[in-house]
Amino acid sequence: MIEIKNIEKSFGDTKVLKGISTVFETGKTNLIIGQSGSGKTVLLKTLLGIHYPDTGTISFDGRIYSDLTADEKRELRTEIGMVFQGSALFDSMTVEENVGFPLKMFTKQTPKEIQERVDFVLKRVNLVDAHKKKPSEISGGMQKRVAIARAIVNKPKYLFCDEPNSGLDPKTAIVIDNLIKEITEEYDITTVINSHDMNSVMEIGEKIIFLKEGILAWEGTKKDIFKTDNEAIVDFVYSSNLFKKIRKAQNKEHGND
Amino acid sequence: MLKEVFNKPLKWSAMKNLIFKEVDDLIIGSLGIVAFISFFVGGVVSIQTALNLTNPLIPRNLIGFATRQSVILEFAPTFISIIMAGKVGSFITSSIGTMRVTEQIDALEVMGVNSLNYLVFPKIIALLLYPFVIGISMFLGILGGWMAGVYGGFTSSDEFIQGLQMDFIPFHIAYAFIKTMIFALLLATIPSYHGYFMKGGALEVGKASTVSFVWTSVSIILANYILTQLLLSK
Ligand SMILES: Nc1ncnc2c1ncn2[C@@H]1O[C@H](COP(=O)(O)OP(=O)(O)OP(=O)(O)O)[C@@H](O)[C@H]1O
Ligand SMILES: [Mg+2]
Repeated sequence: MIEIKNIEKSFGDTKVLKGISTVFETGKTNLIIGQSGSGKTVLLKTLLGIHYPDTGTISFDGRIYSDLTADEKRELRTEIGMVFQGSALFDSMTVEENVGFPLKMFTKQTPKEIQERVDFVLKRVNLVDAHKKKPSEISGGMQKRVAIARAIVNKPKYLFCDEPNSGLDPKTAIVIDNLIKEITEEYDITTVINSHDMNSVMEIGEKIIFLKEGILAWEGTKKDIFKTDNEAIVDFVYSSNLFKKIRKAQNKEHGND
Repeated sequence: MLKEVFNKPLKWSAMKNLIFKEVDDLIIGSLGIVAFISFFVGGVVSIQTALNLTNPLIPRNLIGFATRQSVILEFAPTFISIIMAGKVGSFITSSIGTMRVTEQIDALEVMGVNSLNYLVFPKIIALLLYPFVIGISMFLGILGGWMAGVYGGFTSSDEFIQGLQMDFIPFHIAYAFIKTMIFALLLATIPSYHGYFMKGGALEVGKASTVSFVWTSVSIILANYILTQLLLSK
């Protein structure tokens, strides 16, 4: 469980995060949604410790990040897996070197043990014939899988994904979304996903927080999203005609139109 | 920045591989162009000196002497370094810069890798071999001068070699290699800085490489001036 309290973050004069408090639950896929520029990536990078919040606390299962010593922070980071918006694979390394990298860096495993674990996670993300290829030689969807494999190879307790399915076709996007959800449940990970894709929200949105201009404007589950009267989120969701229709249909079903 | 480079180092087994890779990219990969340029510029220095010796009272062994002085004191350490600022420097800036814009550096940090140490330290260590490159450049520059002088019919081999040995001051060699070490440090750090702290996208990587080349060469020229003033003037 990750608990954040009153996070604020400014770059120069612009305040990007304006006091955000919420809880991300273990074993669930927690979604951060919001328009482009609403501060999703900044929030995620603040959780990761890439940006330091100006005020507020972040606690990982009771460990308050800012109170940790440098060694404890490093220790905590080995429990974190991250899938970046553009995959961020190391392009000088092959697929299997990319996936094995965290193990090579931070564990005392032998090359054979590393190889076994790498083969296992690559199989887990359904990637079996790309081991020796460079990231530039595989498709975007495959790169995302490699990035997920790299993020989970060291058995993280926390998994962060920044728009894991941006730039993918709808079918592949759903496959990736479901893969993340399965892994989250299988290993009981606290997963936080950035998205502005309503399909993802409907597929895997167990807990959703909605950011608007750096303010947490709404939170709930995917079921709540069709019932809420919160104008900001209705406006966001309603930008798609398809979802307008779904909302109407759902509301009729529940007899509360 | 420099403090972080030496902080929290990686496991030696991982670092060793990185250093070998950098030696291959930065040092071995530069030998060809350095050899080519040194040999021919050495030849040109020798020919130019010969063509300017119109006064019969000036001994022909001055050709060897002038070639030695210009190659060892300036051409090999300083001008090869400027060329390396273009070759190695822009390679460093663009490779680190690409890692920055594609979030690979963030990925390293998230995993708990000290990215400055990971990226910059192996380059500094690899460039400790830079004097070796400059040594080769000196040798080939003088060899080129000798060949151009002798086979072009400007001087005899004996005269040229006599010129090479004339008024030899050992400290000049030390001076040249002290400069070389300082330039090596500039070549490793300035381009790394421009790559590491860049912002933006692919277009900015190109711009950063250009800016980095300009700053690296300017620093080399200025450092050269200051070091020459400090080390050679009495
Ligand atoms: N390093 C930075 N320095 C200054 N401003 C920044 C920085 N990073 C982000 N911002 C600003 O913070 C705001 C939020 O950016 P952020 O990347 O979090 O948006 P986002 O919600 O992830 O958008 P997208 O959906 O397009 O990825 C933007 O206005 C951006 O310009
Ligand atoms: Mg973003």
